[in-house]
Amino acid sequence: MRCGMRNAVFAFSFSCFPFTFSLPVTLLLDARNISKSFAGLRALNRVSFDLHAGEVHALVGENGAGKSTFIKIVTGAETPDAGTIAVAGREVPHLDPHISRDLGIAAIYQQPSLFPHLTVAENIAMSLERGTLWRRIDREARRRRASELLERIGASVDPDARVAALTMPEQQVVEIAKALGADARIVIMDEPTASLSEREVERLFGVIARLREHGVGVIYISHRLEEIAAIADRITVLRDGETIATRPAADVSRAELIRLMVGRELEAVFPKRDVAPGEIALEVKALTNRRTGVHDVSFSVRRGEILGIAGLVGSGRTQLAETIFGLTPADAGEIIVKGTAVRIESPSQAIALGIGYVPEDRRQHGIVLEMSIAANASAASLAAVSRGGLIDRAAEDTMAGRYAERFRIKAPSVAVEVGSLSGGNQQKVALARWLSTSPAVLILDEPTQGVDVGSKAEIHALMQELAADGMAIVMISSELPEILGMSDRIAVMHAGTIRRVFARGEADAAKILAVALGHES
Amino acid sequence: MQRHRREITLALVIAALAVVLAAIAPGYFARENLGDLFLANMPVLVAAIGMTLVILTGNIDISVGSMFAICSVVAGVVAKMSGSVALAGLAACATGAALGGLNGSLVAYLRMPSIVVTLATMVALRDALRWWTEGAWVQDLPRGFQWFGLPQAAYPVVACASVIVLQSITAWIMRSVAAGRAVYATGSNEDAARLAGFNTARVKLAVFVVAGAFTGIAALLNSVRFNQIPSNAGIGLEMKVIAAAIVGGAAIRGGEGSFTGTLLGVVLLGAIGPALTFLGVSAYWERALQGAIILAAVGIDAVRERRSLHAAIPAAGRSTPLRAGPA
Repeated sequence: MRCGMRNAVFAFSFSCFPFTFSLPVTLLLDARNISKSFAGLRALNRVSFDLHAGEVHALVGENGAGKSTFIKIVTGAETPDAGTIAVAGREVPHLDPHISRDLGIAAIYQQPSLFPHLTVAENIAMSLERGTLWRRIDREARRRRASELLERIGASVDPDARVAALTMPEQQVVEIAKALGADARIVIMDEPTASLSEREVERLFGVIARLREHGVGVIYISHRLEEIAAIADRITVLRDGETIATRPAADVSRAELIRLMVGRELEAVFPKRDVAPGEIALEVKALTNRRTGVHDVSFSVRRGEILGIAGLVGSGRTQLAETIFGLTPADAGEIIVKGTAVRIESPSQAIALGIGYVPEDRRQHGIVLEMSIAANASAASLAAVSRGGLIDRAAEDTMAGRYAERFRIKAPSVAVEVGSLSGGNQQKVALARWLSTSPAVLILDEPTQGVDVGSKAEIHALMQELAADGMAIVMISSELPEILGMSDRIAVMHAGTIRRVFARGEADAAKILAVALGHES
Repeated sequence: MQRHRREITLALVIAALAVVLAAIAPGYFARENLGDLFLANMPVLVAAIGMTLVILTGNIDISVGSMFAICSVVAGVVAKMSGSVALAGLAACATGAALGGLNGSLVAYLRMPSIVVTLATMVALRDALRWWTEGAWVQDLPRGFQWFGLPQAAYPVVACASVIVLQSITAWIMRSVAAGRAVYATGSNEDAARLAGFNTARVKLAVFVVAGAFTGIAALLNSVRFNQIPSNAGIGLEMKVIAAAIVGGAAIRGGEGSFTGTLLGVVLLGAIGPALTFLGVSAYWERALQGAIILAAVGIDAVRERRSLHAAIPAAGRSTPLRAGPA
């Protein structure tokens, strides 16, 4: 009896994928020589990628290797500068999100794109139903369909629950149900397991196996190489926007994969000076922040030392910095500044303790584009340029002028708006703001992201100077050459905690990546 | 049960108020008083239904008061010229829709923030009307205009019936027709709505147009109560209407709100003022109390949202989205 029920469900799922049986095409997707640049930065350079029916083709690469950009092009969110895309044997001259969806391409992102105020059933129906805006909605049918789809994945999500009340993995499951319901022939999964438990991952793999049986092609993006070994048929490695290799998954070892992903020489020369580190400026012990997933982080950084923090996007590096800086106060663990245990509940406390933080997205959090260089530079140290509660503009200008000179900020005067400066110069202003508070510890999150090569070298030189002056610097970076070139020690984060700390001579790109991917510790 | 928490809470508060009034000041339920209350708040309800639509998309329209005044004057002038109430109603509706369309297209296609757009049109329309009427009221209305030419006792019945129809149709469309879901979707997550194939700009324009038309209907329902039409009608109407929608559970950021909730919001906020008078409390407290009700409603939302947010974040291993562009 039970068995019969099962079969009924399977029969239904067969009927759900009519294309794969009627079309003799096995090459579902054929993208050739795709190139794409953003504001002069080359994100993809002649990338080729194909996908067959019933295949799981993994796409791997470091942060910024071009995976996301490629996916955006396939889903029609971005238009390539050059290259061709053929879906099911037919070339598609123009791809936008609608066309992409109509061609049977569905993407499941890490961050679900659902309607938080609507129910699960409505969310699933919303992108599946066709018809005029004035059609009646059959809410019972919507609910049935949602239950059916969810059941096929083996998910226990209430179709009547509001999405806002679901956990992240539950929301992801809803996204997968949506793609299933859309009869997608090409399913893109971008880090689908990032927020899933082991049991949920197994279930997901069951779903993927079933998709594959029905001739669906899956593009699988993940940093978890063991998952890729378990699920993928072929693997394509992207590095710096180029296709490095496409290999059958069975033919490539994990070590080789890591080598292919990293595989580059240190292209920049880093001006490393030998500085004898002083006393410990900042130490954290078992720092935990349950809300952001950072847990059991312990490290110390000495005066005159640059501690690099490596890790993949999502490993908790920024969250760690925000915890130390008091933006999201820790709920367990210790922070020790200059030998004294302290509690940091707010950024103003952190600043008072001599900790500075230059955030990753400087446009959003670091500086005010509409304000002058002088006003930005003095924002964290207004007391130093104020007299009797009033800002002394002359003192402010003098101070800003001093930093502008020292940092070689290229601007006609300190009165110009920061928004008119280049990215590199903006970053220097963000640095100047913190230096004006003379912090003992400076945390820099991606200090050279989106900065031109010249400014990058200048910022690096500046960091070395500051360290030589006795400042302790914590540098978060996704760029391995920068991490390797600048750091005295390198802490590698994975899944919310520091897995390993390398000494300067001890680390190389492959070792760091292996730890960041969670393979070694 | 959980879904309709706001409506149930409001109904209970209204019921409690009714019980207190019945015990202390039964005169409140005199036919005359209730009738007055009803007639005075019916236009507010009609405008509030339109406002709820706008708020559902995450926008706001603070120019309703000025639109209301223009529609009232237009209704009066057309009634005088044509002698037809139907034509007057149509003109009021069309004027409201056109003004709503102006607001809506600025919001939807020029992507201007609705609060700024409608603040500007609120001021501009009010002064345009002053210039046009030179402050004069519309008088000497045709005989058939007041009470729609109905006997005074019959008018409330007809008006009530039409408001019920209006409310039910809107609520039904919003719940059971795809277009209604498009409004909720746009307010809940605009990017996702666009990906789901909705033309979100058109949705936004549409809610402003419909809200404008509703304001026109509200203006007509209000104007026929008197034998002349003031050129400064509807001052402060926007606050009443927005307050009712918010007390009724509409989330100011969009995506959430119900029409039953808005109805109950209008009832509660409309009933509370006269109730104070009947209970012997100074009428000066009316606004303070209304403000307190709004704060209470929004406060409950804020607390609830914080709780559900905490529940939604898993303890560990949460990922940030991949960086956009060539990171």
